[in-house]
Amino acid sequence: MEQLAPLIAATLAAGTPLLLAAMGLLINERAGVLNLGAEGIMLMAAVAGFAGGYHSGSMLAGLAMAALVGAITALVFGVLAVGLATNQYATGLAVALGGAGLSAFFGLPYVGKSVPFNTTFEVPWLADLPFVGVAFFKLHPLVYFALLLTAATAWFLARTHAGLVLRAVGESPESAYAIGFPVRTIRLAAVAWGGACCGLAGAYLSLVYTPLWVEGMVAGRGWIALALTTFATWRPWRIVLGAYLFGSVTMVQFALQSEGVDIASQLLAMLPYLATIVVLALISRNPAFIRINMPASLGKTFHP
Amino acid sequence: MSAPPRLALAGIVKRYPGVLANDRVSLEVAPGEIHGLIGENGAGKSTLVKIIYGAVIPDEGEVRWEGRSVRIQTPSQARRLGINLVFQHFMLFDTLTVAENVALSLGSSADRGRIARDVSLFGERYGLPLDPLRPVHTLSVGERQRVEIIRCLLQRPRLLIMDEPTSVLTPQAVERLFGTLRQLAAEGVSILYISHKLEEVRTLCSRVTVLRGGRVSGVCDPREASVADLSRMMIGAELPAAASHAKLAGEPLLVVRDLSVPARSHTGVSLHGVNLQVRAGEILGIAGVSGNGQNELLSLVAGEDRRASAGSVFVGGDDVSSIGVAGRRTRGLAFVPEERLGRGAVPEMGLGLNTLLTHDERSNPGLVRHGLISTSGVTELAERILRQFGVRAAGPRATARSLSGGNLQKFIIGRELSKAPRVLVVAQPTWGVDVGAASQIRREIAKLASEGAAVLVVSEELDELLELCDTLQVMAGGSLSEPMPARNANVERIGVMMGSNPVQASNAAA
Repeated sequence: MEQLAPLIAATLAAGTPLLLAAMGLLINERAGVLNLGAEGIMLMAAVAGFAGGYHSGSMLAGLAMAALVGAITALVFGVLAVGLATNQYATGLAVALGGAGLSAFFGLPYVGKSVPFNTTFEVPWLADLPFVGVAFFKLHPLVYFALLLTAATAWFLARTHAGLVLRAVGESPESAYAIGFPVRTIRLAAVAWGGACCGLAGAYLSLVYTPLWVEGMVAGRGWIALALTTFATWRPWRIVLGAYLFGSVTMVQFALQSEGVDIASQLLAMLPYLATIVVLALISRNPAFIRINMPASLGKTFHP
Repeated sequence: MSAPPRLALAGIVKRYPGVLANDRVSLEVAPGEIHGLIGENGAGKSTLVKIIYGAVIPDEGEVRWEGRSVRIQTPSQARRLGINLVFQHFMLFDTLTVAENVALSLGSSADRGRIARDVSLFGERYGLPLDPLRPVHTLSVGERQRVEIIRCLLQRPRLLIMDEPTSVLTPQAVERLFGTLRQLAAEGVSILYISHKLEEVRTLCSRVTVLRGGRVSGVCDPREASVADLSRMMIGAELPAAASHAKLAGEPLLVVRDLSVPARSHTGVSLHGVNLQVRAGEILGIAGVSGNGQNELLSLVAGEDRRASAGSVFVGGDDVSSIGVAGRRTRGLAFVPEERLGRGAVPEMGLGLNTLLTHDERSNPGLVRHGLISTSGVTELAERILRQFGVRAAGPRATARSLSGGNLQKFIIGRELSKAPRVLVVAQPTWGVDVGAASQIRREIAKLASEGAAVLVVSEELDELLELCDTLQVMAGGSLSEPMPARNANVERIGVMMGSNPVQASNAAA
């Protein structure tokens, strides 16, 4: 029981970058744009956030820098895929690969450096409670922020007029255009927002989770975040579930090893992808379910 | 006569490369008038509508709105003036609810509770009942059109443009729509009613402007003009003669025997003991409202759905129940589906390549040699079809998507007929096709039957079936009625049979 509390805390910490990135990508995808460049955007933002924090000495400045660079990198994708109507899949892959290379290049001066930030936090009073204090209330503010972001996203999509317009654009850009909405502007804004969220996720990794810069340190989390939106069938709260579930896989791996269970870590690292494939296979069995949940224009180029 | 016309167009000209779409077109719509705009496909109706709605800017001419000269540059400007358009192809969002669809066109200030109330309120007032909370994808075609209309009505239009609104409606739904439109006109809303169905225009409109080849070929009161007068203005010739063919009634070439297949999904229809038989030289028509099992039956006959049990589908005497589409085709079956783009033809491919969808090495050795496409062979075949069936297209390289509905249908039917099939199965042969093309298509089908083929026609238009067919059967709730001769069929009785066996009842029984 005593071991469980830190395990829960570690799971929440590990799930947070997935949650942040996937929540941004959700907005992207509900507008009908599939940005496969998430991994590259997160890497670019991770190095930018680290540099920002390193030079300014302020974590907030680092996070802001990361969100900005994330949005800009995503807009490179957006201008091509939305503005110039290039193929979304190919463009996304190019951004993923380009971001990985560029981030390694820009990151060279920061390899082996460290940032002087305190990464331990406590929620006053609540942190002193037995068990739940350790499990839930000694985490970095970004962990709680990610949950707030989820609530805000769910509210935005379900309750606001802007959210309705966004969903309409993802459902049928032709209809949205015909009744007078600026489809491409809306899609560009969604892409920039998605990039900013991926940026925060990247900076969380390089400033909080493992506060240093290592080439390729995002380690596939961008791809998992992309898989998560599908896993969650494009519903915000299911993404939370998926993010923590996938985050726990890493922790389970450590726990099992300390118990002496012999499973190759590679097999465990495979689990999130396997789970996504299983979910995809299950929901594909019911075309009506996909039709209702998946943004109908996802991944399709729109020509006005 | 003191009030200025609500809308007045004068000398409108719109040129496209190679085409003069509108040539000095003038048009006037008075307040509270239902004004018809008729013309064949390609006569310039859609261009004119787009100009009024601000989606296309005219090259020359003047638009006057309630006496003032205006330049309408965008659809939203048109809507601010009070011009609303009910699209022919609905601009709706399938996964959103009715109220959400309406909210999208009203701007961000409208609150959703009020919109839901307004939808119910307007629905009641104008005979357009709708549940505001239902997602659009669960609605029938007629109900979807109601969403489009209510969406316009909530914007308080002063001119409502209806673009071919009845091409997807059942006769009963058309009646209801006309009631709504008359009520709106009585309240002072002007209506511009675009159609190519002359009978409709004669029952509904008080004035009609006829377009032919981009020009106004006449303005008249359609109630005083005969159908022949109107059609002369519209197509510049007498109304084409009805299709007829000599009945041969040879041996049965297409037989469906006691076919029962459960529905594939909860929106599908189960078939219950369907029996039909088409003899050589015979045309059998299946009447009924869409969604009563016609699509299911067609997929099973064409071979797209292969769940028919052994001994239930025969082509030319062979049991083809478990044979796929290609196998049935080699036995002489040709199928023209209802969806032209995506099922009858590949939208992005040229017409030449589209011939290869149903022609192959065996049926036409000139098209493919050693697995390689013969460009000259394919082009030649496509050109022959274009010529023979009078398809208006830029040539064999034009994509299927670039053709108008009627021209594409002529091409697809031409493609199937060029194989001289023994059995032709065709769904909604003239859906959305103008008068001239429709009568040509019907004549070609009749000609095929006189040459000894068996033809099965599924259509929602009873008049068409009565003109074309020897025998009729009515489909309702997944069951098919006994065959009856079409010659002296009792239209009223057929109407009752169409509605007699609702889908729900048969589903509950299954």
